[in-house]
Amino acid sequence: MSDLRALYEEVILEHNRKPRNYMKRPEGANRSAYGFNPICGDEFTIHMAVEDGVVKDVGFEGAGCAISTASASMMTQALMGRTEAEAEALFEAMRDLLTHDHPDPAAAGRVGKLQVLTGVREFPMRVKCATLAWHTMHAALHGVDGTVNTEEPEERHQCAIGGGH
Amino acid sequence: MNAAGGQPGMTAVATGAMTLPLDVETIRAEFPVLRQEVNGQPLAYLDNAATTQKPRAVIDAVSGFYERDCANVHRGVHALSARATAAYEAARGTVQRRLNASRPEEIVFVRGATEAINLVAWSFLRPRLQDGDEILLTGMEHHANIVPWQLLCQQSGARLRVLPVTDAGELRLEALDGLLGDRTRLVAVTHVSNALGTINPVAEIAARAHARGVPVLVDGAQALPHVAVDVQALGVDFYVFSGHKVYGPSGIGALYGKHEHLQAMPPWQGGGEMIQSVTFDRTTFAAPPLRFEAGTPNMEGAIGLAAALEWLACVGIGRAAAHERALLDHATRALREVPGVRIIGTAAEKAAIISFTMEGAHPHDIGTILDHEGIAVRTGHHCAQPLMRRFGVPATARASFALYNTHAEVERLAEGLRQVRRVLGR
Ligand SMILES: Cc1ncc(COP(=O)(O)O)c(C=O)c1O
Repeated sequence: MSDLRALYEEVILEHNRKPRNYMKRPEGANRSAYGFNPICGDEFTIHMAVEDGVVKDVGFEGAGCAISTASASMMTQALMGRTEAEAEALFEAMRDLLTHDHPDPAAAGRVGKLQVLTGVREFPMRVKCATLAWHTMHAALHGVDGTVNTEEPEERHQCAIGGGH
Repeated sequence: MNAAGGQPGMTAVATGAMTLPLDVETIRAEFPVLRQEVNGQPLAYLDNAATTQKPRAVIDAVSGFYERDCANVHRGVHALSARATAAYEAARGTVQRRLNASRPEEIVFVRGATEAINLVAWSFLRPRLQDGDEILLTGMEHHANIVPWQLLCQQSGARLRVLPVTDAGELRLEALDGLLGDRTRLVAVTHVSNALGTINPVAEIAARAHARGVPVLVDGAQALPHVAVDVQALGVDFYVFSGHKVYGPSGIGALYGKHEHLQAMPPWQGGGEMIQSVTFDRTTFAAPPLRFEAGTPNMEGAIGLAAALEWLACVGIGRAAAHERALLDHATRALREVPGVRIIGTAAEKAAIISFTMEGAHPHDIGTILDHEGIAVRTGHHCAQPLMRRFGVPATARASFALYNTHAEVERLAEGLRQVRRVLGR
């Protein structure tokens, strides 16, 4: 039970029960992307209203497991009011923390309370649940058309690094 | 039609089924993999529809081949090659008897159910398929029995028709005759659904299709471990299965095809083994089944598969089925008592497979939390996305039982699901 708690932290469960900025397409949304994980069927659409290089508002739609839902919910909170450069840096730090065996020690400091999501590293099969929303947000931020698929090569590579073997 | 009575062992197995219940502890002792802990708990392996574990008899058959007989088949004059060839062809005989095919030439060794379906698609159906023709599937097919036909359709202009599934997870048989038209060129149906457990009335479907002159392929991947299969009694044209789901090795499976069909089919892949003579102008092909076994086959796989089928026959498929039926009934009752659980697939005729969802718990979370309790289940769409859509769920959790599972494991599953609720704070 103890290490399960590392994955299902109270904060995560709470966000899963009451996701923030959920089923919301913010006023003035001008960046959107759809992401899905074909293995388990999780799918999210992230909408962002970006104005003068600042994320004014974020929302998400879709459905997934507790980890992916909480990750998306916490992400939307963390992004509010950030500059695009800050959002990019947050994405990089989260990716590092979630998927690398030896993440940059400075990354933890940069993500604040999002660190709670890193319990997923002990559960290699679940890493993609936590990264889905982030990759989708990243695609939206860069105005990448189409869909983010967790089974595409970059992610597969990360899975191996994350302890898939 | 059923020649089972004439086969050594079959009659005894059938009567044994009625008298002696299965001694599960004795059975379990034959599966080394079951003797382990996962996350500090004894392993409860309930993912048997994905793959089954292997008994000592299979492990020994495969390692015995490596230790004594390893040589290429159908090629050498030396002693080892002769032994390997004899063992490989004996394995074909075992598959033939277990399916009650009328002759060994009707059994083609392949990689598994998927490859067998592709073989039939390209070698049997493709040449006779034209623009506007139809292939009839059902709403509960595994992707392996959908995608190959779709690929054919893309090339030929043919199209798929789909026999619908009821809310209980049974085929809507009353729609069958209406869907069988002048342009139907094949019916492809699963014997047992991997996602719902439903056992389909394939003999009846075959009879109705044949009345319209339409050949029938049955996907037996989930059937072999649970029900006695007699291809002649079923009256099907093709029957396919995978070794790894019936206690045998992976990378081996078999295609049963009626001799008249196999005889008329062109080769699918070219290479060694499948030829009679080759010049640079012309090749004449071997007769079935070798015509369809290009290249060095999975010899140890075939031998391991035969060992698995013999072992299962020895235990008694009837006894196995009775034990699994008891597990299924127990699990169905136990899961219904867990708050929020919805069982998907409540057909009257079911193999020991239970798909379910749980209110407030995504299947993925269920899978992780059960794993923490040492319980292995499958979560996801089970390679049956159209079926998931039919039931309006993105995914389910699935517990699938084998003859070595116990009633104590059923209780652990139910308790594990209560634990899921506690962990997720529901
Ligand atoms: C009903 C059914 N058909 C076909 C297959 C494909 O079997 P394989 O992957 O061994 O070829 C499966 C395996 O999951 C199955 O359950």
